[in-house]
Amino acid sequence: MVNSFTPVLIVFLISVGFVTTSMVASHLLGPKRHSKTKDSAFECGIESKSNARVKFSVRYFLIAILFVLFDVEVILFYPWAVTFKELGQQGLIEICGFIGVVLIALLYLNQNNIFNFEAERGNQ
Amino acid sequence: MSIYLFLIEKTILSLVIFAITLSIAMYSTLAERKFAAFFQDRIGPNRAGPFGLLQPLADGLKFFFKEEFIPASSDKILFVLGPAIAMIMSCMSGAVIPWGKSLIIGGHPVSLQITDLNIGILYIFAVVSFGVYGVILGAWASNNKYALLSAIRASSQMISYEIAMGLALIALVMTTGTLSLSKIVESQAASHWNILLQPLGFLIFLICVFAETNRTPFDLPECEAELIGGYHTEYSSMKLGFYLFAEYINMFVASAVISTLYFGGYDVPFLNVSGNIGVLLGTACLFAKIFGFIFLFMWVRWTVPRFRYDQLMRLGWNGLIPLAILNLLVTGIVLVLN
Repeated sequence: MVNSFTPVLIVFLISVGFVTTSMVASHLLGPKRHSKTKDSAFECGIESKSNARVKFSVRYFLIAILFVLFDVEVILFYPWAVTFKELGQQGLIEICGFIGVVLIALLYLNQNNIFNFEAERGNQ
Repeated sequence: MSIYLFLIEKTILSLVIFAITLSIAMYSTLAERKFAAFFQDRIGPNRAGPFGLLQPLADGLKFFFKEEFIPASSDKILFVLGPAIAMIMSCMSGAVIPWGKSLIIGGHPVSLQITDLNIGILYIFAVVSFGVYGVILGAWASNNKYALLSAIRASSQMISYEIAMGLALIALVMTTGTLSLSKIVESQAASHWNILLQPLGFLIFLICVFAETNRTPFDLPECEAELIGGYHTEYSSMKLGFYLFAEYINMFVASAVISTLYFGGYDVPFLNVSGNIGVLLGTACLFAKIFGFIFLFMWVRWTVPRFRYDQLMRLGWNGLIPLAILNLLVTGIVLVLN
């Protein structure tokens, strides 16, 4: 029942306890005054217009998708790295193929200007 | 050892480390302002207490008594959840750091590491990635255009640099052959500090840590000239306090991780003292290293200007990732040849 992850749970409970207590305390202690203008979203003093749930550049979405891909690839390196000394030369030669795949993917993305945020201006 | 004794021991240790983390984060805010004043030839805060030493307490108290503001158009639950996640996750990341060797209390060894996970490095990565949710949920829930822009920037920046960070650490794992932080420290105490074996890996890791903690020159998420206050534009009271506080805790934990992974952790160079005094000396040495890195964070902040967003992305994907892969390959070849 008790294993090496139990203390993580203890730390989690302590931090949750601290965060909840302070939030409730500041909620009770602070003043509360409402008005229609005050409760609207802040936009540098200009009257706030429309909703903030707007379209944004697709590049950010691409970066998020690529992160998932590359992070999985990075995680696949880890078991190899931990057992590197046992695998030796054979393992190194075989991982080169995998590194090749990662590098080709990076090269392809660069060919398509994914990471070049400046290129956006030219396309408009 | 009985289960209850184990639980009590770990709870006390967690509480002590939690308290130390909070106080160091609190006083980092004062240190930051004092250093900023020093670099800009000013005096800095000096009103609350001698030399302004009570300033962090005054600031903390003020957060409690400020009005709690929730925009009418916001998503209330996520708005509260955002700063809570940011704070909880930054507090949890310190759980796997070995703060010292085992103390002997009443003939019974007490470990100074909250828990020695065999996947310590992966745990830190997991918790750090969770921190991104705090930023993006809070900003999205505010229903504010500036906050949203900032959150999108912040999350793409953090996830981009996380890849390079992971790749930089692979070379380190290859030389030590383990993911457990305490074993990494022991291996450094037995031979060389990892900074001597992995200088390039360290440099990549350091840059990525700056980007992950949103510190200058990577503080684009809150660049005040363009985005008002960044992702916490709509926040006030303790919720704002949590976002700001989480940044300083992240800085402290990041410094601890760098010291542990590359600078020998609690290993005191050229000195061999046994017993409890030696253990405490090691812990003091670790904290000295941590303070050194916190100072580096502040020094860089008041020295280097901010990147442009396209430069930041190019540096992450086209600079650091290929460099980290190169470092990994060279490390592998050198290790095989030896």
